Amino acid sequence: MALLDVKNLQVEYLTARGPVKAVDGISFNINPGEVVGLAGESGSGKSTAAHAILRILRSPAIITGGQALFGERDILSMSDEELEQFRWQNIAIVFQSAMNSLNPVMRIRDQLLDVMQQKGFSKSQALHRARNLFNLVGIEASRLDSYPHELSGGMRQRTVIAISLALSPDMLIMDEPTTALDVVVQKDILEQIAVLREKLGFSILFITHDLSLLVEFSTRILIMYAGQIVEQAPAYELFKNPLHPYTVGLMNSFPSISGDKHRLTGIAGSPPDMIAPPSGCRFHPRCPKAMPVCSQKTPVMKTVSEDHTVACHLY
Amino acid sequence: MTFLNSDSSPILSVHNLTKRFPVGSVFMTHHVHAVEDVSFSVNRRQVIALVGESGSGKTTTIRMIARLIPVTKGGIKFKSVDILKAEPHQASLNYRRMVQMIFQDPFASLNSVHNIEHHLARPLLIHKKMVDHDELEHRVLSLLELVELKPAQDIARRYPHQLSGGQRQRVAIARALAVDPELILADEPISMLDVSIRMGILNLIEKLKEELGIAFVYITHDLASARYIGDLIMVMHAGHMVEGGGSEEIIGGALHPYTQLLLSAVPDPHSGLRTRKDLQARGEVPSLIDPPPGCPFAARCPKVMDVCRQVMPGQSYVSQEHWVRCHLYGEGTSV
Repeated sequence: MALLDVKNLQVEYLTARGPVKAVDGISFNINPGEVVGLAGESGSGKSTAAHAILRILRSPAIITGGQALFGERDILSMSDEELEQFRWQNIAIVFQSAMNSLNPVMRIRDQLLDVMQQKGFSKSQALHRARNLFNLVGIEASRLDSYPHELSGGMRQRTVIAISLALSPDMLIMDEPTTALDVVVQKDILEQIAVLREKLGFSILFITHDLSLLVEFSTRILIMYAGQIVEQAPAYELFKNPLHPYTVGLMNSFPSISGDKHRLTGIAGSPPDMIAPPSGCRFHPRCPKAMPVCSQKTPVMKTVSEDHTVACHLY
Repeated sequence: MTFLNSDSSPILSVHNLTKRFPVGSVFMTHHVHAVEDVSFSVNRRQVIALVGESGSGKTTTIRMIARLIPVTKGGIKFKSVDILKAEPHQASLNYRRMVQMIFQDPFASLNSVHNIEHHLARPLLIHKKMVDHDELEHRVLSLLELVELKPAQDIARRYPHQLSGGQRQRVAIARALAVDPELILADEPISMLDVSIRMGILNLIEKLKEELGIAFVYITHDLASARYIGDLIMVMHAGHMVEGGGSEEIIGGALHPYTQLLLSAVPDPHSGLRTRKDLQARGEVPSLIDPPPGCPFAARCPKVMDVCRQVMPGQSYVSQEHWVRCHLYGEGTSV
């Protein structure tokens, strides 16, 4: 049974120019121990969807429909008290900018202890656990006494990961956790996360725009475009056999360091204005294989092979 | 004696370029060694990719070349003229015309209160003294067409907020092209853009290089895009240039342990799924404030030797183009 089952999730931003359907009816699930990658460009709604699952959206965003089942419970209909128990213990989140998610005037140690003492740890238990967590993410325990500005960007991001793991959650949502970091540090941290996941057994919803990174890191990939999921498949299957023209375009947007050098074209045009998204398939104005039907009818998700689904009129 | 045609004589060459920023108080001055002894040259119709992590000194290097910040030590030769001697205090208008920059953030590099036509007409007024209205308009439209912004008439009247990130970056490129530059310094021009439109910008740079013969210094932290667009790749670490050469040679036969570390960190699905543990170099870029002698990579290097902590290695050539600064590869000649 799936750990998290998202059904027809819808989120709108209420703007002066009218409502924007940032997430327009997406459905997916995450099984225990799985790493699911959610890939898309900026504005595709991937972060909004993740924030909606944790109910941490801020006005003017509102959830207008759908369900997010965690076991038997629907996160979207939990009361505030239930949410307080649920967040961090069941699902924790790691944000993109570690600089902004740590309190600059508190020692790292106190920020870690704060979380655990809220949930009934004694001070000595919490401190013991804090040291263990720092060992896990590869920082010396003596660094617990530092302030955030005394740590490098990579160390801060490791700290945030340690804090997210403080209450042993079943699932981590990682929202572009390494985008602000250098490639070498990024690789280090991703390897560390992979090791931790094997050791502790949590699931990950990993959000990024970097598809080449996801192919390496995740077990299954969801491709999001303009608020909708357009394709989903196991990572390697998606890489070997991308079906949706948008996925193919994304694959053609990353130069490689191996193999022959060939010309890459990316995708023509720019992402759509979400206030008035294109009719039919939202990708049709940029699609090299667009047909007359594409601007008239919205394609539905079709299963093309086991585990591989795509929403495109070509299939 | 061989005659060099104009395409193969360097348009720009820098030698021993060094930048130190003073930090601290009046009583205790330290120096951040941002760029140390950087030397390279760029030919017409050539793209040099300058690769390194943040803090490696890439941006400081091109800011010195653009004369936006003063040079601590070293020389810059542009078209065989030592410009730090010829124009010691401030770059001439002519130099600034010939050497143009494209910045990372197209949301910050355009003025939000002016339309696109204004952005493109201004350099024409200042540098080219073009005052005839029809001529100006004609040139603005042809610039927009050159960077593939269509319909040009419509784009010219728009304001920056009405354009996407990729379109804005194209406007920034058109603005640099307005004054017929010979060298364009591009500081991570695609890293803030959506992934699907990045290749379009790189292909545009390639086209400008081929068709107009412009030389580019392309700064990036991404070796894959450096390989895609760069004729040569230069790798920087902690202010030093550690390896340089033809891009295929660097990607296929990297010698410096730092370059190898960078290569191993690039996510690359094309080479199959790997979990590689052979390279154990760890850690981050060292502090650049009054650094100890020796190679700055020594603390992170898996192949470190005693000599590495004492002397900065000189440059050793392993082929005609490919050189490396590492004690593993011969004595080298300190430059």
